Amino acid sequence: MMEEEGVIKKFLYLNRKAPYGTVYALESLEVILVGAAFEQDVSLAFIDDGIYQLKKNQQTSVSSGIGVKDFSKTYRALEGYDVEKVYVDKKSMEERGLTEDDLLVDIEVLDEAQMAELMEQQDVVLSF
Amino acid sequence: MLLHTVNKSPFEKNSLESCLRIANQGHSILLFEDGVYAALKGTRFETLLTEAIKSYNIYVLVPDLEARGMRMDNVIEGIKPTDYAGFVDLAVENKTVPAWL
Amino acid sequence: MKFAILVNEGPYQHQASDSAYQFTKAAIEKGHDIFRVFFYHDGVNNASRLTVPPQDDRHIVNRWSELAKEHNLDLVVCIAAAQRRGMLDEKEANRQGKDANNIAEGFRISGLGQLIEAGIQSERLVVFGD
Repeated sequence: MMEEEGVIKKFLYLNRKAPYGTVYALESLEVILVGAAFEQDVSLAFIDDGIYQLKKNQQTSVSSGIGVKDFSKTYRALEGYDVEKVYVDKKSMEERGLTEDDLLVDIEVLDEAQMAELMEQQDVVLSF
Repeated sequence: MLLHTVNKSPFEKNSLESCLRIANQGHSILLFEDGVYAALKGTRFETLLTEAIKSYNIYVLVPDLEARGMRMDNVIEGIKPTDYAGFVDLAVENKTVPAWL
Repeated sequence: MKFAILVNEGPYQHQASDSAYQFTKAAIEKGHDIFRVFFYHDGVNNASRLTVPPQDDRHIVNRWSELAKEHNLDLVVCIAAAQRRGMLDEKEANRQGKDANNIAEGFRISGLGQLIEAGIQSERLVVFGD
């Protein structure tokens, strides 16, 4: 089931939405985790409010705060799934007053030209 | 070359703006669903689109335009009309189809 | 060309399912191959057997079922998203101890792996969402 004749494609997950206000952040993460088993060449791009998905110190639980499970730790587990190419759009980060120190995982900051280049290299782009 | 799709109104979301900020020159952009509002003359986005036409192949999905009460003569010069069959052709002609939701 | 279609939104609430349907139909008419249509997030609700929309407007669920039947399409509903939203086929309903099931004809429930596989096996993946 997972050996598709050894085809390896470049998959880009395009995340532009904030966490918690909608389900997209959580459910896109679930795709990334399941997708990891297929050993494709995966990159994650966080643009616009998508950057907030990576914000440190998210505090919530099923029994406190907004009463919703905190799934932010899962981003830290991605490395263990061989998902290491995590990119953040420079302008989106700056216009939100954020720096790399505010984010939960190691990321690479890309400017527009670099992000454009990244997109062009992909075989499949998944948006949520 | 990529086909970028934008389906939300520029007044509602920044999807089109982000797309235009990041997409490489020479790419194609399809405005469909509520995204067609960006194609209209006389809005505060007209300059943005008029400039964008110089760098991108911009298309508007005519059925979505007409559903919303507009016609091609309401559309900025240089934005090309297309339909679902044309959308399919554009998808075939381009390497990937990033969706700016 | 081989297409994979991803539908991220439910019927009527957003235009995504309509647009996906029109695109899929156009692609078929042009002789292309639809590898799979995958329904995720609220898109799983496109598989509800229980919708009763007004008679003078399109029946989104039936339209998908009919297109699938006519062209032998693989319409897949993500199991994780489906469980969250109460979309269960007979097997899942029995497995989960629920007293009803609600998946329409032509749709099948399966894992997220089917989406990744569709991306790998197709030449173009087109996303319809919000």
